[in-house]
Parts: sequence; C-alpha cells; structure tokens
Amino acid sequence: MIKAILIFNNHGKPRLIRFYQYFSEDMQQQIIRETFHLVSKRDDNVCNFLEGSDYKLIYRHYATLYFVFCVDSSESELGILDLIQVFVETLDKCFENVCELDLIFHMDKVHYILQEVVMGGMVLETNMNEIVAQVEVQNRMEKSEGGLSAAPARAVSAVKNMNLPEIPRNINIGDINIKVPSLSPF
Amino acid sequence: MALKIVKGSIDRMFDKNLQDLVRGIRNHKEDEAKYISTCIDEIKQELKQDNIAVKANAVCKLTYLQMLGYDVSWAAFNIVEVMSSSKFTYKRIGYLAASQCFHESTDVIMLTTNQIRKDLSSPNQYDTGVALTGLSCFVTPDLARDLANDIMTLMSHTKPYIRKKAVLIMYKVFLKYPESLRPAFPRLKEKLEDPDPGVQSAAVNVICELARRNPKNYLSLAPLFFKLMTSSTNNWVLIKIIKLFGALTPLEPRLGKKLIEPLTNLIHSTSAMSLLYECVNTVIAVLISLSSGMPNHSASIQLCVQKLRILIEDSDQNLKYLGLLAMSKILKTHPKSVQSHKDLILQCLDDKDESIRLRALDLLYGMVSKKNLMEIVKKLMLHVDKAEGTTYRDELLTKIIDICSQSNYQYITNFEWYISILVELTRLEGTRHGHLIASQMLDVAIRVKAIRAFAVAQMATLLDNAHLLTGNTQRNGICEVLYAAAWICGEFSEHLENPMQTLEAMLRPKVATLPGHIQAVYVQNAAKLFATVLKGEEGNTDGTAAQEASQLMIDRLPLFVQSANLEVQERASCILQLVKYIQKLQQKDVEVAEEVDALFAGELNPVAPKAQKKVPVPEGLDLDAWINEPPSESESEDEQPKAIFAKEEPKHSRPRHTEVDEKELARRREARKQEQANNPFYIKASPSSQKVYQEAPGVEHIPVVQIDLNVPLKVPGLPMSDQYVKMEEERRQKERAEKKKKEKKKRKEKRSGRGKKHDSAPESEEDITPAHMVDIVTEEMPENALPSDDDERDPTDPHKALDIDLDRPLADSEKLPVRSHRAAEAQKSPTDGETENATLQEPKKKNSKEKREKKRDKERDRKKSKEEKKKKKHKHEDKEEDLLGGQADEPVLQSEETSQVAEPPTSSSTTAEEAATVAAAAPEPSVTAPDSEPDEPKDTEMEETKSSKHKKKKQKKEKEEKEKKKKKKHHHHHHHSDGAGEESVQNGTVEEEEPLPPMSNYCLLAENSYIKMMMEDAEEVYDIQGNLQDGSQVVVSVIFENKCSSFLKSMEFNVLDSLNSKLQRPEGSGPHDGLVVPFQLPPGVSNEARFVFTVQSIVMPQKLKGTLTFIVKNEDDSTHEKLDFKLHFTCTSYLITTPCYSDAFAKLLESGDLKSSSLRLEGVNMPFHHLLARICFHHHFSVVERIDSCASMYSRSIQGHHVCLLVKTSAQTVSIDAKCDEPTLLGNVLDEIKQTFSQC
Repeated sequence: MIKAILIFNNHGKPRLIRFYQYFSEDMQQQIIRETFHLVSKRDDNVCNFLEGSDYKLIYRHYATLYFVFCVDSSESELGILDLIQVFVETLDKCFENVCELDLIFHMDKVHYILQEVVMGGMVLETNMNEIVAQVEVQNRMEKSEGGLSAAPARAVSAVKNMNLPEIPRNINIGDINIKVPSLSPF
Repeated sequence: MALKIVKGSIDRMFDKNLQDLVRGIRNHKEDEAKYISTCIDEIKQELKQDNIAVKANAVCKLTYLQMLGYDVSWAAFNIVEVMSSSKFTYKRIGYLAASQCFHESTDVIMLTTNQIRKDLSSPNQYDTGVALTGLSCFVTPDLARDLANDIMTLMSHTKPYIRKKAVLIMYKVFLKYPESLRPAFPRLKEKLEDPDPGVQSAAVNVICELARRNPKNYLSLAPLFFKLMTSSTNNWVLIKIIKLFGALTPLEPRLGKKLIEPLTNLIHSTSAMSLLYECVNTVIAVLISLSSGMPNHSASIQLCVQKLRILIEDSDQNLKYLGLLAMSKILKTHPKSVQSHKDLILQCLDDKDESIRLRALDLLYGMVSKKNLMEIVKKLMLHVDKAEGTTYRDELLTKIIDICSQSNYQYITNFEWYISILVELTRLEGTRHGHLIASQMLDVAIRVKAIRAFAVAQMATLLDNAHLLTGNTQRNGICEVLYAAAWICGEFSEHLENPMQTLEAMLRPKVATLPGHIQAVYVQNAAKLFATVLKGEEGNTDGTAAQEASQLMIDRLPLFVQSANLEVQERASCILQLVKYIQKLQQKDVEVAEEVDALFAGELNPVAPKAQKKVPVPEGLDLDAWINEPPSESESEDEQPKAIFAKEEPKHSRPRHTEVDEKELARRREARKQEQANNPFYIKASPSSQKVYQEAPGVEHIPVVQIDLNVPLKVPGLPMSDQYVKMEEERRQKERAEKKKKEKKKRKEKRSGRGKKHDSAPESEEDITPAHMVDIVTEEMPENALPSDDDERDPTDPHKALDIDLDRPLADSEKLPVRSHRAAEAQKSPTDGETENATLQEPKKKNSKEKREKKRDKERDRKKSKEEKKKKKHKHEDKEEDLLGGQADEPVLQSEETSQVAEPPTSSSTTAEEAATVAAAAPEPSVTAPDSEPDEPKDTEMEETKSSKHKKKKQKKEKEEKEKKKKKKHHHHHHHSDGAGEESVQNGTVEEEEPLPPMSNYCLLAENSYIKMMMEDAEEVYDIQGNLQDGSQVVVSVIFENKCSSFLKSMEFNVLDSLNSKLQRPEGSGPHDGLVVPFQLPPGVSNEARFVFTVQSIVMPQKLKGTLTFIVKNEDDSTHEKLDFKLHFTCTSYLITTPCYSDAFAKLLESGDLKSSSLRLEGVNMPFHHLLARICFHHHFSVVERIDSCASMYSRSIQGHHVCLLVKTSAQTVSIDAKCDEPTLLGNVLDEIKQTFSQC
C-alpha cells in the first residue's frame, strides 16, 4: 500500500499532497516538513530509499522537485521507483514538457492524472499510454462541458491581469524543465 | 430570474480562479497569511451563491488551500453540493476536494450515500470512475456497508476501466466492512483471470494485500497464483505475486519447494532488476522456510548470493542498498554463504552513502562469529577514527556495542579485550552515547565475575585520567562513563590495587564540575572505597593510613555538601557525619573497619529488564477491583489516603519482600527448580553453573561460578585492544597445537589416517574456547516468571477483522445488504439463499485436513448461524421446517465429525501438493518426462502409503471407499481451476439436507488384465486463452491403475486426432506421435495424468479413438502391451459452472437471443434437491434461484454460450425448459441430461 504521495520543491513548498490515510492538516504539514528535512539533505548520488519503522520513503529528485512516495513493506522499492518515473513521464506528456510551474498552477490536473495511476493507495495502472488516454478523454469531456472557467471568464481573467500593474508575471521563478532521464528497463 | 443568471455570470467573471489564487499568493510573499484569509472570505461569499460553477471554482481553490495546511472542513457541505452536480467537470472537483479533506468523522459523509450510489450506476463510465476514486479515499464503515453490493456489481462492469477501479476499492470496503469479504470473494477471485490485464493486476493487488495480513486463509489460492506467475508477463503482477508467495511459504514449505524452480528461471531470464530482486527475496524466504530437509538448496543460495553480489557491486546506489538489505535476510539462516563476502561488505563501509554504510553495519552485526569478532571490530574501530560527522560515528559506536553484546555476549571470547574496546571508545569526542558505553561497562563488570579485577583496574585508570574525558565541556556525553567507572571501583573495591589512590582521584575538586547524578555516585562510592581502605589497614598497627583516609574524606567532602544538587548534598553530608564519627572512634583506637564495611555488605544483582512485567499476579488479587469503594463525595479528603495505604500494603507486597523463614524459602526454590527443569522454554544458564551457591540467601538462586584467571593481568595505563587481539590469537594457536597433538595421539592409538581432514580444515566455531571460562551471571527474574512474552497483535489493527475463512460456504446472514425489494424477496426463503450463495461460493476444499481442524472451531459459529436460520424458518415457512429441521442438521454435524476421526492424519495440508500437480501438469501438459520425473516417484510413493493405510483401516467399506478416494483425488488435483458449482452445490445440500448418494466423476475408459483407465466423465474444462475466437482447450484427466502384480513402465498415450479435436503434442513431434505418460506404475498403484486437447467446435459431442501402449516388466522378462480406448467428449463437458445472479439471469432470458427447447423425464424417483445436485454435478450447472419444486439453473460453455434451464417437478415427472443461444448445443446437452437420469 502507498500511504502518501508528496511532491514538493527544493525549498520544501508542497506542490501536491495526497494522503491515503487521514491526518489532520497540521499533521500533514508536519509530515511534509519532516519528509523534506529527511530528503533534502541527501545528495543526488545516494540511494533513493529511506527506511522508517513500518514504512519507507521512496523518492526521486527531478530538477526542482522531489517526488516522494511513502509506502509500506508490501511495495517493491524498485517497482515504486519505476512508478514515479511513469508518473513523471505521464505528466510530461500531458503538460508537454512539464515544469514546476505546471504543477504550481494546475494542481487539480496533476491530481486527476495521479488518480489514474494510484487509487486509494494501490497502483491502478502502470501503462503510460493507457493513463494518458484516460486523462485525455476526461479532459475532452470537461472541454465539451465548457470547463470550469469558460471562455469569457478566461478572457476577463486575462484582462484583469493586464490591468493590474502590480502583478509581475512569473517573476522570480527559477523553474527549469524537468529532465526525464532515460527509462530503465522495466 | 434571467437577470439573476446574467448577474451571476458577470459576477463570475470577476471571481478568482485557481490560477489567480496561486498567482496572488505568490505575489504576497510577505503577508501571505493575510492575503489568504481575505481569499477565504471571498470563497465563503462565493459558496453562498446559487451558481454551481461559482461553488465549484471556490471548492477547487479550497483544495489548493488545504494543501497549504488550511483546514477547510467547514466547507464540507459545499463540497457535497459540488459533488452532486450533474456536470462531470464540477463533480470531479467535488470528489477531489472530498478525497482530500473528508475522513471518517466528517459528518456530512452520510449525506453522500445516495449521491455516490447514483454516480456509481451512472451511464457515463467517468462519473462512475470519479466516484470510485473519491470513495476510495473517504469510505467509512457505513458507506462500505451500504455500497458494498453496488461496488460488487461494478466488478463485472463491461468496461475494464470501471472493473479495475471497482476491484481495487473492494479492498477498502473489506477493511471498513469485513462482513463483505466472504460474499465478494468469489467474484474477486474470478477477476484474477479477467481478460483485461489491468483488472487482473488490480485483483492480484487486492488479494495480495489481503493475504499479506492473513496469509493462511489464502493458501488455497496458491495454485491459481502459481499459474498466473508462470503465465503472466506483466512485471507488476509478477512482483506482487512473488511477494505474496514470500508471505505464504513460511506457512507451507512444500509450496516453497515448487517455487524454487520457476523463480530461479525468472532470476536467470528477467532483465528487470525490480523483478530479479523480488525473486531473490522470495527465494530467500523459501529457503528460510525450508532451512532443513532440502538437500540441494545450496545451489539456490549460491545463486541468490551471487546475484546479490552483482547488485551490491553495481554503481547504482539503489541496487547496492537493496542488495545489502536482501543479503541481511540470507544471513539469518545461511550465515556461512554471506560470510564469504565479508570483503565486499566491509568495502561498503567506505561508501559515500550513509544509508548504505548503515546497511553494511547491519550485515556485519549478523556476520560476526567467535572467530572473526575481533577482526571485524578492529575494522570498525578504524572507521570510527576516520568517520566524519558525529551521527555516523555514533551509529558506528552503537553498532560496535550491539555486535559485541548480542545474544548475551555470545561471541566474546575475551572480555578483557572487550573492556579495553569500551575504554578506547571513551576517547571519542562529542559522542552522545556515553551512557551506552557506561551501561555496557556496568553490565559486563556485574555479570562477568571473572573480569571484575581487570575491569576495576581499568576503571581506576579512567578515574585517574578523568581530566582527559572532562577537559572539554563539549564532550559532556562521554563523562557518563565516569558514572560507571566510579560505581565499579566502589562496588568491587576489593579488587583495587591501590584504593587510596582511587579514593583520592574520586574526591578531586574537579569532580564538582561533573553533572549532579555522577557526583552523587562519586560520593557514595567514595564511601565504599573508604570502607575498603579501612578494612585493608585493619591489620596494621600504626593505623596512620586509615586516619589519612578519614582526613582526606573530611577535607574533601564539604565541597560536595555545598553542591547545588540535592542528591549530592544529601549523600555528602550524611557520609561526612559518618566519617567524622569514625575519625573520633579511630582516635580512640576503636576497631571500626568491620562495622563500616558492613554498611556496604552484600551483592547487588542485575535485574532482567522484563522482570517487572513478569511478576505474576498473586492468586486472589484482582488488579481491576477497587481497593476502596470509589470515594463518595461526602467523604472527607483527609481520610482517604490513610485508608488506601492501610489496605494496600499487605496486598501489594511481593513475596520476595515478605519475611519468610529458611524452610519456606528452600521449599519454594526447590519447586521453582523443578518447574524450570520441566519447562522446555526455560533456558538454563549453563549446566555447570547450578553447582556452586553462595551463602547469602538473597543471591543464592543466581548461579555463579567462581573462576580463577589463568592469565595474570597487569596492564599499566590504558589498554590497547590490539594487544588482546594478538594475545587471543596466540592463545588460539596454542590451543590448536594442543588439539593437534591430541589428535595425533588418537590417531596413533587408532592407527588410522582418517583424521587428516581435521588438520587442514578451517577452524570451526566450536573449536574456539573462551580465554577463560567466563560464566555470565543471569539476570534476576521474579519467581514464577512467565516463560515468554505473548506477542499480542495490535487490537486496533483493521486487518484483524479480515482474518476470515474464505472457504467456508456462505451463510444466509452473510449476504450483502441489497437495496431492491425484489431481490431481497427472492432471498427470503432460506433454502434458496443458501443454494444460491453456495453456487457463488468457491469450491470447498474438503480434502484439506487443515480445514477440518478449523471446522471444529467454526462449528460453533455455524451452529449459531443455524440457530438463526432455524428461527427464520420458523417465521417464514413451516413446510420447509419438516424437511430441513433438526433431523437434517444434526446428522450432518455428526457425519462431519466422524469423517474427521476416520481421516488418517497424513499430510498436514495439501495445498502445496496441489501446487505441485499444477506445476507438473497444468500449464504444459506435455511436460517432458525428465523434468517431472524426480518428483513423481515421490508422489506415487505417497499415494501408495496413503492407499495402504486406507486399506487397512477400512476393509469393509472397500467399494464405497474406493470411489470416494478417487473422487477425493480428483478434487485434490483440480479444484483450483475447475467449475466451482459441482462441489459447492454439493456442499450446500450436504449442509442442510440429507446426504447425497456418492457421485463419481470418473468413468471407466478401458480395462484389461494389466491396467485400468478411468476417465473423468466430465472433464475439467477451461479456456486457457480466455479468448473465445481461438479454439478452446480441454484438459482430460486419466487415472491409470495398475491391476497386475508387475511393474508398468514406458506408457505412451496416443489419440487419433479428428478434424475438430486434436491432442496437443509437444513442439517438434509429429501429428501421430504418442505422448509419454510421465510416470511408472508399481503394482497396485494408480496415478493420474492429464492431456490437453484443442477443440474447434463444441456444439456436438465428440468421440476419439486412442491407444495406450506400455511395457509390463516382470522380474525376468518384459512384454509390450497395448490397450485401446475411446474418449467421449460430451457437450456438458464443455460447460463451465458459472454463477449467475437472478437479475442478470432475468435479463438474459428477456433479451430474446436465446432459442428454447424442452425435455420431459418420467418416473424420476428422487428428491428434488438430489435431482438438482445431479444436474449441477454432472452437467456443470449452478442454481440461480429455487422456489419449492421449481428451480432455475445456469451454465456457460467455454466459448461463451449461455445455457439456462427451468426445472420443475411434480409427482414423478420432471420437466426441463431450456434456453440457449446455440440450439445444437442445447439439444445435445438435454440429451445428455436425459441419459444421466435414465441411468439411475
């Protein structure tokens, strides 16, 4: 079982959190902080596992983001590493060259993609094409319904941004594209 | 109205969407909290609007804020509103928010039940999918109970996308509503063979999760998983299955034996490291479970270790880490194979990755032996010196201590060496583990009597050089060792060479800078030393030394009297007064030493850490009972404490503290010794130790041997552990030389050269004798201590509730609650419910004796449920009661019991055997002889012994028994994959109606004077491809029974193929070649072989001609013989028992695709339930619904034809109306049914 999936950046800012068992908000934040503390002090050239008492942390570090899966003993370490890779590659496909900004502004979409990979703490699908296909069908459905913020609202939001001079766009975001390393054979 | 809408949408334009919110937060870095609180206010406004789009947008933003740590549970109701929107876009937002912030105590969840149910049955698969995903995160016991049935139906949804989600969520449902497990399990199991790999993988996932927690309940699935393992190519599925097998093997070692081969094959063949690693892990688990009894597993161990070595040597840190992890598992059972890779593991200590270094340390912990302990610790000490960063160094330190102290200092042969190691460790800077070192010093000094003199000398030196340790205030942690040093010097001061010097060292002014608790120990032990000094000076006439000591105390102690620490102050002032008094006496030349010494007489014994827990509760003491009645309010407060103490004291005083006379003590001791001697779990300290006892009654029962050191130990200054390593080596060499001498002597005496090997062989563990016979003092335990701690499972563990026997047939009360009234009505009749359930139920493994045992436990439950049933029956139908009431129940129970008794307790469980047969036969029927041969003879042997037992026991019932046996064997071998119905229905009926006449599934195929061939008359049929277009495969099991007194061998089975049916032959053989039967038959033995046929069309029955050729081997000659036979494939043999729900059945009939036909049977003279059972058993049908003397039945062919029957009976006439989408098939099936009943 996967207990939790956390994505945060190099400064520990959460980009996506998904707990499969209940924790209060404060507890969740504390877990994120502690996980970040554990993971961030590790070099990139050390192994990607951290063992706790009854669970383990398996993580990957891509450019500015950490993808951390907290799993119990029933999961295979290398299997989860590959799953993270699949997940990131799927993000890459869905967002076309995914970068941290995509995750920042489209947390909901990232959740929807994750939902096609992991459900209730168990791995649902590992075939990337299948995941992408399901996500796309659902996105099309959303589009056909007009989306959450339909075209006019979008336009207004764009105008709002233009009219408000104090909002500098995307300033001080040092985001780099997530480099997807070559897939290990799985 | 219209205006309102327009206004709403205009408002909407100025709402922030998620992106705006994120952008806003990023732009308000300084006052983020303030900005967000204004945003939350806006969101609250938005949520008040009627427009669902606005609400959805607000909820979406809340989800983001939740991630940042804001509690959004106040919006739970709005989230439910958004969830219930009809638009997918909003619904998805709602469910996402719910899955992020709902939990069991969210009260609005109960409002969602109907909405979720609606979404689950939505025609849009993505609505269903979103609901399932959401539900998986916030399912509560109530939701689980209410929706279990809906989700179960979704498991058979047409879309694999929904099926896999439904299967996965079932796990959550089981956790929250354990009662759903048994009704849902058959379908879950079915999904293991779902054509869609995703669904299959999900089912494997769920069953693995379930089985991991309660593996014994899932042993019966092993054959199925075995099949999946050998057929699946999905690495995810394989990993899960292989991990599951790792959990199952400890319960069933024979399963392990069968696993080794396919696993090693996978290890050799796979390129995926993840799979390789899990295979290795499971092989290790298997080997651990098999640790004895398998001669050739050293090859597998070698393979594993080799592969792990490759992993460890890999440059990928992950592989290295996992390799070490797996290595440590092998280590537990096969330390020798790992020890040869010591070099590699020591190398890993230099790795840059700390987690790898720590893993390597763990490994070292298990690798030490008496022989290499010193060497390994020496290496570790080097690393301690080199290590950067205190955390790792501290870890090293604790590991060194762990390694040395493990299993009661088992590996330490030389405690002087160990003490010197400890002393060396004290020189570490800035360690946090001073306390640990100190406790080790104390432990060793107290428990190893022989080392005390040496330890005291070392500690005295430490105290002398205390400034080295305390010089830097930064090194505070290490000064803890001074606590130990002071205590040891004080307590065992009789061993001190120069107590006066040590006393002086302990009273230095600098001591006052130490932490309070250490000072306190200093003061106390200074007093002990003082006593020793006095005693030592007793004989001297001038007595100046004694007076010097007193003076020293009087001079130095005032410093401590002024201490800020109360403990120090108290002790110091107390002792100071004492010494002043002693000084007075000394000045009067009074002998005081004796009396002063008496202050510290007696020995302090170590108490075992668990001792307190193990104090048995004295008889008659109820810890939960009130000592006093709970105080009433009127009682005055002053009185209370008095009353409590007055009553409490006598009850709580432990037996040891009471004044007991010598006799009583002796009696108790005797009784305890007796008990310990008889208790196999009590580990005796050592056989020799019980001989010597000391005088003092309190310590008497602690066996201690007084040993003289044979090596004089005078090492000035701080010791170097290396010296001891050298000394130890020399000692060992000496020993070896002596041994050799002895051996030579022996050899000379015996004059045989057999002993040569001993010379060259490396020193084995046992050869090394400890430097001095060190006896370790056992820790004190309370009298009558319980032998071991019971490992209690966490009572809150949700998986405990899922420890459910899945093979027991379903009871009425267990059905999942269903909403619709119609369905509920159909189930009201208890009989129908039972039979229907039974058909859903998996085949019950009646052959497994394990279950028999379980049954006994469960009979109680069953009786209960039966009582319930009875009650129901009373309510509903009086008619039924006559038929099924008490009369039927009791005999069944009895017969079960008798069968339990009759069953010879041969194999403990048969699951592995099943796995074995599957491995041997199922996946490839054409397994060539050499592969399976090694196993087969064993099997036949087993069979033989079994059958002989049978014969002895039951000569009377020979005929019946034979039939049963065959049947049993049949089930034995196949129940894993074949139709469930035949047996379950049988069970169902056996459960509550009178027992059925025995029905055999085997019919005679051919027979001559040598051999008898029996064919399963309804062959086990299954569709390997799961693909209905390709021809289907049929497996035929044939039993060969040797009837003559000669040995039968080289059997070849051949069939003349027809256009429609072909025998599957191994690749490369011609269409007319025979198949070698993979076993030989000794006289009187029977065995079974299985053959696979490919069948094109199944609508017509088939007959195939075949020949069996074999060699009859007598003592002197052998002859070739042959036997012709005809294989008859009936149409029913192509039917698979498939459970069907009444609603699905009704739909099927309504669809109008089915052609109908009917059949009338006259003069059938048997009870209706026998009739149904016969149809189920012989023709692979399952009962869908039964009302009185009318029943609907269903079956499906291997090519997916539906066959529906409506069976009615009145008087002696049975009419069967049948419908099927293939009229020819139907006609033939009906003919066959007719034939079945005409025979009886």
